[in-house]
Amino acid sequence: MISPEMEMRDPLQGNQPVIERSRSVSREWRAFWKNPLARFGIGGLAFLILFSFAGPLFYHTSAYQPNLLATLHAPSGKFLLGTDSLGRDYLARMMLGGQLSLEVGFAAAFMTTIIGVIYGLISGLLGGGVDSLLMRIVDIFIAIPSLFLLLFVDSVFKPNAVLLVIIIASLSWFGVARLVRSEVLSLKRRDYVEAARALGGNNWRIMIQHLLPNVMGVVIVNATFQVADAILTVAALSFLGLGLPPPTPNWGEMLSNSMSYMFQNAWWLIYPPGIAILLVELSVNFIGDAMRQAFDPRLRKSR
Amino acid sequence: MSAVMENEPHEVLMEVRDLTKYFPITGGLFSRVVGHVKAVDGVSFDLRRGETLGLVGESGCGKTTTGRAVLRLIEPTSGTIKFEGKDITHVNKQQMRALRRQMQIIFQDPFGSLNPRMSVGQIIEEPLVIHHMGNRKEREARVRELLDVVGLASYHLRRYPHEFSGGQRQRIGIARALALNPKLIVADEPVSALDVSIQSQILNLLEDLQAEFGLTYLFIAHGLNVIRHISDRVGVMYLGAMAEIASSEDIYRKPLHPYTEALFSAIPIPNPDIKRERIILQGDVPSPVNPPAGCRFHTRCPIAQEKCRIDRPILKQSEPDHWVACHFR
Repeated sequence: MISPEMEMRDPLQGNQPVIERSRSVSREWRAFWKNPLARFGIGGLAFLILFSFAGPLFYHTSAYQPNLLATLHAPSGKFLLGTDSLGRDYLARMMLGGQLSLEVGFAAAFMTTIIGVIYGLISGLLGGGVDSLLMRIVDIFIAIPSLFLLLFVDSVFKPNAVLLVIIIASLSWFGVARLVRSEVLSLKRRDYVEAARALGGNNWRIMIQHLLPNVMGVVIVNATFQVADAILTVAALSFLGLGLPPPTPNWGEMLSNSMSYMFQNAWWLIYPPGIAILLVELSVNFIGDAMRQAFDPRLRKSR
Repeated sequence: MSAVMENEPHEVLMEVRDLTKYFPITGGLFSRVVGHVKAVDGVSFDLRRGETLGLVGESGCGKTTTGRAVLRLIEPTSGTIKFEGKDITHVNKQQMRALRRQMQIIFQDPFGSLNPRMSVGQIIEEPLVIHHMGNRKEREARVRELLDVVGLASYHLRRYPHEFSGGQRQRIGIARALALNPKLIVADEPVSALDVSIQSQILNLLEDLQAEFGLTYLFIAHGLNVIRHISDRVGVMYLGAMAEIASSEDIYRKPLHPYTEALFSAIPIPNPDIKRERIILQGDVPSPVNPPAGCRFHTRCPIAQEKCRIDRPILKQSEPDHWVACHFR
């Protein structure tokens, strides 16, 4: 029974095991790595991680030691990135600040995405009363002013990085949840979901096999924004004095503090953390975009 | 099995009685139910083993809803569905899951019915995975066999749906429906989205498969030529109710219901010399939210009388195996 629509037999793909499972993963990663965006993103991120975590191993100047004789020094041979208003070495602070910003940024984005995706999938798929209830809970969360919540949490607990991650995630997951739910609402009406039901598939299978892979595109792109958002939220909190206790630096805090010295022309305080945050954002975003292209068969360039 | 069929030429595979499906319309402050769309309202028919029953009617007459409701993809509001003599209207989810191996569906839209993230192999294998059939090797062998059966090649397994044409995708959907060796397939406008040349290929494929595997089809379509080509018997639906049901030959030769008459007079004849009176119906199809009392069709019927406004005609046998819901035919 040969149909005229059929193409010529491809000799290279004759008789290998063909139903894609583990093999496809390597193909997808190969497609990912071929993408120049992915390489830029991976490179940028690798640079920042090395700079922050491996840098202090080679650069031994203290990030905490004030030097009141050398405040607000412009970059020079002695202070490669200058000094801040207390005369602390800015390069050392950039390294140390990067550790915290990257940790908090990625952990918060990860947690936000996981919670939001699970919540959104369940709400969208089950629909009806469950959906209404879950979405009203989201509305309640959105109605709580985040500043109020932050003040409250800050006054009760002593802030640390883990707590910060939890706070940021608990303040941003409902955006992801709404996004995923709305996607699911449209996806679950598709015929292939109906087909899965007709085949006897249960909700779990529909969720994992049919809905999750199809929402991943939007989720990944959104997650990349969450990383930068989290880093900037830490900055905003620090600005209000609610962030981590002062001596530990982070990029967001360094950026917001440096605003005060803008009129003293202390450009070296502004550019390094600004550029670092921008580079994180760009890298993560490029990686996200490349992942989306690699994992969506429709966007993958043909071989 | 053939012995059974010889003894009982009309062995019934599925029996549908007084099937109704009302979709609630909600509105107002607390989403109160303010009315119902009576998509299917009292439909009865038998599906005989090995036959193709065509369902025709214009858009919104409840064909698709009927098709989904008999598979319980939509829960019917009332009525009974018997499959091989067993009432499946109220069986629970678990039992229904087991029954799904016996009845499958082919969809209209070949683009929406395949998950774009799954390879063709995964798509066709899915029913086997769901029902825990065979190990990996056996399943793969089965998938290759199915691809061959629907006229695709083994190397297509690794491809993704977007790499195929509409006709090929429809073949993939058919392979998926066949994977579990079902007895009944509901084909919901399986060729409406395809080019005419591809339509006939798919129709021929469906006929070949029916002969090979002894399938029973509930074939939903609005194309009258398609229905005529493939159906053994034809059911004509109007506004959620069955107007007429008879063998394909009888109903095209001598339609009894005035609606069927008007519907079939719209089929173009490819010979300009033959003059035929076309029956043009007046007005529009009434809303299924508030269907007319009495006969559904009386608002547009050329032969309607007082009785039609009051009494709803039931489907009765007016000629041998020719059922019609009309007071006067």
